[in-house]
Amino acid sequence: MARTHVACNLNGDDVEFLCDQDGTLLNALRDDVGLTGVKEGCGTGDCGACSVLMNDRVTCSCLVFAPEVDGATVVTVEGLADAGELHPLQQCFLEGAALQCGVCTPGFLVSAKALLDKNPNPTETEVRYALAGNLCRCTGYDKIIRSVLEAASRMNAAE
Amino acid sequence: MTVTEEPATTPGYKWVGTRPIRPDGLEKVTGKARFGADLVLPGMLEAAVLRSPHAHARIVSIDTTAAEAMPGVKAIVTGADFPDLAEQGARPDAVMASHNVMARDKVLYEGHVVAAVAATTRKEAKLAAEAIEVSYEILDHLLNVDDAMADGAVLLHPDLKTRGMDPAPEEPSNIASRINHERGDLDKGFADADVVVERTFTTKPVHQGYIEPHASVADAGQDGRAHLWCSSQGHFSMRTQTASVLGWEPSKLKVTAAEIGGGFGGKTVIYLEPLAVQLSVKSGRPVRVVMDRDEVFRASGPASGTKMTVKMGITNDGQMTAADIWMAYEAGAFPGSPVGAAGMTAIAIYDIPNFFIEGFDVVVNKPKVAAYRAPGAPMIAFAVESVVDELAQGIGMDPVEVRLKNAVVEGTEASYGPKFPKIGFVETLDAIKSHEHYGAPLGPNQGRGVASGFWFNAGMNSSATVHVNEDGTMTVVVGSPDIGGSRASMGLMAAEEMGIDVANIQSIVADTETVGFNDVTGGSRVTLATGAAVVECCQMIKDDLKARAAKTWDCEADEVEWVDGQAQHTKGSETPLTLEALAQKSGRTGGPISATASLNARGVGAAFSTQLCDVEVDPETGVVTILRFTTAQDAGTAIHPSYVEGQMQGGVVQGIGWALNEEYIHNDDGTLANPSFLDYRIPVASDLPMIDTVVVEVPNPGHPYGVRGVGEVGIVPPLGAVANAIAAATGCRMEDLPMSPPRLLDALNQAAEAG
Repeated sequence: MARTHVACNLNGDDVEFLCDQDGTLLNALRDDVGLTGVKEGCGTGDCGACSVLMNDRVTCSCLVFAPEVDGATVVTVEGLADAGELHPLQQCFLEGAALQCGVCTPGFLVSAKALLDKNPNPTETEVRYALAGNLCRCTGYDKIIRSVLEAASRMNAAE
Repeated sequence: MTVTEEPATTPGYKWVGTRPIRPDGLEKVTGKARFGADLVLPGMLEAAVLRSPHAHARIVSIDTTAAEAMPGVKAIVTGADFPDLAEQGARPDAVMASHNVMARDKVLYEGHVVAAVAATTRKEAKLAAEAIEVSYEILDHLLNVDDAMADGAVLLHPDLKTRGMDPAPEEPSNIASRINHERGDLDKGFADADVVVERTFTTKPVHQGYIEPHASVADAGQDGRAHLWCSSQGHFSMRTQTASVLGWEPSKLKVTAAEIGGGFGGKTVIYLEPLAVQLSVKSGRPVRVVMDRDEVFRASGPASGTKMTVKMGITNDGQMTAADIWMAYEAGAFPGSPVGAAGMTAIAIYDIPNFFIEGFDVVVNKPKVAAYRAPGAPMIAFAVESVVDELAQGIGMDPVEVRLKNAVVEGTEASYGPKFPKIGFVETLDAIKSHEHYGAPLGPNQGRGVASGFWFNAGMNSSATVHVNEDGTMTVVVGSPDIGGSRASMGLMAAEEMGIDVANIQSIVADTETVGFNDVTGGSRVTLATGAAVVECCQMIKDDLKARAAKTWDCEADEVEWVDGQAQHTKGSETPLTLEALAQKSGRTGGPISATASLNARGVGAAFSTQLCDVEVDPETGVVTILRFTTAQDAGTAIHPSYVEGQMQGGVVQGIGWALNEEYIHNDDGTLANPSFLDYRIPVASDLPMIDTVVVEVPNPGHPYGVRGVGEVGIVPPLGAVANAIAAATGCRMEDLPMSPPRLLDALNQAAEAG
């Protein structure tokens, strides 16, 4: 089957790639574009490890056909940091030991960014519900939640 | 070389106990870290695995002709492509391990590997795998220990005879082995008791639930060697196990550890690795094979389902007098449940004069179980701690007080044999008893439960190499995959030992050809054993540096001390030589500065944990909400407290999942009904409160920095703590896990009907 041409804005860059028409965005990002920060934990939209921002919405890239992002903006974990500086979420995850094995971390960072973009001052409960679609098996979530709250606090202080 | 007998566990460390950012952190928050499935090699093929749709069947025939002719297909392997280890005289467990990786004449569980295909794309490989024609003769299947132990049950293995029986049985059965511990006079013990409680408990298989599925990439050459990249808890062990299945010398395989996306014991065994190598051999191309999530559930190690009967007695003044324990643990399709560890840990926290513990390892038609965090201990601790809670109620004594009265201390002869050295169980009980949480008020439908747990921890084999770089920084090279921050703790111990800033130390995990042998990252052993090897390297380097300084100053070596990262001349006025200065002149003082240490670590320090849980039960739905959770655990010394807390919290939450929701649900035909994270429900962030930690530090006298190991014991108490909290909230003593809403609602309704 001929491959499908897709053009989108990925992490701030205009990119083009060829993908399977019935392939997932997850597979296209990993195999066709080479961004392996997007992880497959389940392939069924249950774990959030493949979370990306698609037109600013948290999306499981395993549940989207790759051709659907034609013309869209997509942000992955690779797009969170600036050249010289980590995103406050990334810095707080490091300082707060919010990762152990680290395989769920890209998805958590993307989901947490989406939350803070919309709600800069969330409560603990709001953070817990915003991240309920992301599974972590190592941390028990405690340090993740604290790190997101700390990042919100730092981002608010910086404004 | 072994760990020194009387190390300095002095307080007041400069680096140990601090919380620096982990060395591998940056790569993991930026998406650069390479996990098992992330490696791509030029010309790499993708593989797919054909698995049995039946729980128990004889393979009549396999026809790969059609599949081989399909587009993109480069190689197919079946049981015929792997050596018959039995013919080669291998041990039965090695033969069984090889049959778990690839079925031969029979499939023993749904998901058992029948064939694997390598093709140019994953899609082509999957289509070809589906086109392989397998003819099965379906056999009766067994899904629980009662059926498997019954007379006349179908046999999974026609030659399996129970080990540990006297006399040895003549007939085969599904009982692989029996274990037994006993002491004192059981009848007298129960006669001395004022209150006796007996209950039978069951638990379902649960999965470790690591978020990263198993993944492996192999690149075999034409010279009979291969390079394997895989996500595992021990690449040396992967090498040994894979070589065994292939019939290769281990040294023909080089294994590089990918970053590992969680393991919890489940990534200590091989699944895909021999398939990847053999497909690479056959195709002449690198091959990547990755499990889908449903394959992880169907075919990689869950923890045992169990059935346990616990009878215990206590006097009115709180002395436990007797314990009679019967356990049967599902092994899955091949022998090897952790019932042995269950027998040893069952009452290990208590000093009970009379006991009889008997356990059975039983094969059933489910995936072969694998280690899961303190393997074997959480289930029996659930049973024992539930009964202890009821005993405390029976005599009207506070549950922490009952545990304090019977707690093992230094010098107590453990139920499994040896005398305990210095341990911190009582300290964990005291920490909970004095915690503000213990007396906090509760509302309607709420209850509070307490439970404790024990885990041995392990030592075993470790190697490390430490280099001093030319700029005075250091590289610590270990062979223990870092599953939750061990590179950070290695760096901290090296910094403490050398007296230099931890930021000047880089810790890396090296492949099987770059560093000496290491056992798996498991048994809570890495900070203890690999840490001891790192400390030993640093001590050798310090001796070397002192000798070099003495040479520079033309004085005796014993006139040089190593203080705060520099050599100082004790008897003269020489300007101290920093590590950087010594590194820069190393070419003139004897060459590069480097040391290697290998050891079989002794001095293991046991771990204890006591936990406190508040729940609220919705009487309309049976839903349990965890309101508050406090865990106190003896870490010995917390090298990096953040990652110690993280281990404690992670273990607790896995235990909460085990207690409330997680279970393998099987259809009548023996297939798994819930092989997805949608239907196998692990805890999510919105299910939980913060998990409060109290890090108790009773230094282990057997380790240079007092380390005990913290990875496992945290999962032992939660099952009992949650059950006891539910009993306090509802009056219902739950005997079967998980305590899911329908099951708890049933119990509440039955209790209401009984009035």
